[in-house]
Amino acid sequence: MSRVAVRRAGRSIGAARAPGPLIPRIPAAERLTEVALRGVGVFVYAVFYAPIVVVIVYAFNDSRLVEVWRGFGLSWWGQTWADESIRSALTLSLWTAAANAVLATVLGTAAAIGLRNVGRRTRTGFDLVMYMTLIVPEIVIAIASLLFFVTIGLPLGPVAIIITHAVFNTSVVALICRARLAGMDRTLEEASADLGATRWVTFREVTFPQLLPAVLAGGLLAFTFSFDDVVLSTFVSAPGSTTLPIRVFSELRFGLSPKANVVATSMLAITLTAILAAQILLRRSGQQILPAEAPT
Amino acid sequence: MAGGGRPSVAEPRGLIFPAWVYYTVFFLAPLTIIVAYAFAHREGFFEITFGLTTENFVELWDPLYLKIYGNTLVMAAGGTLGCLLIGYPFAYWLATRVRSHRTLLLLLVIVPFWTSILIRTYAWQLILSPRGPLSSVLQALQVIANPLGVLNTSKAVLIGVIYDYLPLMIFPLYVSIERMDRRLVEASRDLGAGRWRTFRRITLPLTMPGILTGCLLVFVPMTGEYVVPTILGGAKGALFGPIVAGAFLDALNYPFGAAMALVMVVFLLAAIFLYLRVMGRRTERGLGAAL
Repeated sequence: MSRVAVRRAGRSIGAARAPGPLIPRIPAAERLTEVALRGVGVFVYAVFYAPIVVVIVYAFNDSRLVEVWRGFGLSWWGQTWADESIRSALTLSLWTAAANAVLATVLGTAAAIGLRNVGRRTRTGFDLVMYMTLIVPEIVIAIASLLFFVTIGLPLGPVAIIITHAVFNTSVVALICRARLAGMDRTLEEASADLGATRWVTFREVTFPQLLPAVLAGGLLAFTFSFDDVVLSTFVSAPGSTTLPIRVFSELRFGLSPKANVVATSMLAITLTAILAAQILLRRSGQQILPAEAPT
Repeated sequence: MAGGGRPSVAEPRGLIFPAWVYYTVFFLAPLTIIVAYAFAHREGFFEITFGLTTENFVELWDPLYLKIYGNTLVMAAGGTLGCLLIGYPFAYWLATRVRSHRTLLLLLVIVPFWTSILIRTYAWQLILSPRGPLSSVLQALQVIANPLGVLNTSKAVLIGVIYDYLPLMIFPLYVSIERMDRRLVEASRDLGAGRWRTFRRITLPLTMPGILTGCLLVFVPMTGEYVVPTILGGAKGALFGPIVAGAFLDALNYPFGAAMALVMVVFLLAAIFLYLRVMGRRTERGLGAAL
């Protein structure tokens, strides 16, 4: 309050001193807005990252009570990874996420390539379904998939998890590849064709190498989405097929658990590495992994 | 169309076929099956006869469930408003005040969104717990006398959903603010309108498409949110997401659960329809105002 008053006073002095200084005087209200805006910026970043930092820090907490800090220690790391059920959950998560990524990458890449050669009608129809897979709440897809698998008699478990995850991820890969294809220069392909290369050779030698970073980045993102997913997996898993997020989730329902910190930190490490790798791949080809790219 | 013997560089169109089949079998067909189950009748525990009974919907029309819808809508509306009140000034700052490293800063907004929602939600369980870090700090600073009692209340759920969905609100807002013609703001100020008036009459209407998109993207998933209330909400103030999930995972009452899911889908479609209607009118009027 008083600072504003001081600034106001300053302004009136400045106004009295005509002709004014070269630097235009900024009114106090304006300056207050600037400070407030920057404050919001700093606040949002702090709030975004503080929780993630807290989880990581508390994973190294040497205390029997999760939430009470007792100093640095690695005791929970040993105990967590000695737990056979957590180790097998990690294994299951890793291989289902990888299988889902391969499936989604093949389907999504093929779709993105096919889409640039189809008519407008077909593309609009395809887009509609593709965006639907992204906007329909996860829990609805989870319920639909559960009912579908039960009805057709496909056993719940790893295969069901892979199939369900790949729906959403096919769209993710297709969107990333499509953005890359849209930004590509078609004259290179035309030159290749003019020089007598067949359609296949042109694709193999010219198109695909340019598309590859997007394919890999899409695959990596598909992997992380699957690896982190809890809602879809919870619905279509069977008692024997507990992924890491399901394991953590079922523990957290009953309150805090020190092992959850360790598992969460490990999951964060895997996810962040994959996202970083995807971003590096895309950046080399002048793309970003920002969703702003998707024509929503 | 092109002249003479120009060789084709187009790949086969059939490449979209596998994904198309995949979507049809594993996405569209399952969504349709929800409808079949919603009108099915359950006999005993596992016997399900498909038909056209409305008993599942009648069961939903119960004061108990109406209260749950109410709770859920209040939570989603509060969460959306919270995201908007934090997201708008933030997006405004990022789009108009930041000069360098803007891409990096945008990237830093999306990274939390791409890490597991489970872990991000868990982080708040840890932070808000009565003996957790925030409580200790606030007690040490004597801001509060007793341990923090936020966890397992609707306040914790609200904090959780705002935190989890804020990036989804920021992105469309950022895009619309960035694309806005800022000369109009200058013109308004030059013509003597105050800051508040300029904001209300120029900036706000011009960025309304971003606001509407952000609200849609945030509000819809919030109404079906399952993880956040399960971890942060405790047993109090039951919400739609956990109740639907319970019907499937605990009660194994598929027809009833499917009816609830169908209500959610209809609600989603209504929201999208409303959004498209308002957006359509907006863009027309927005254009008219700009010209």
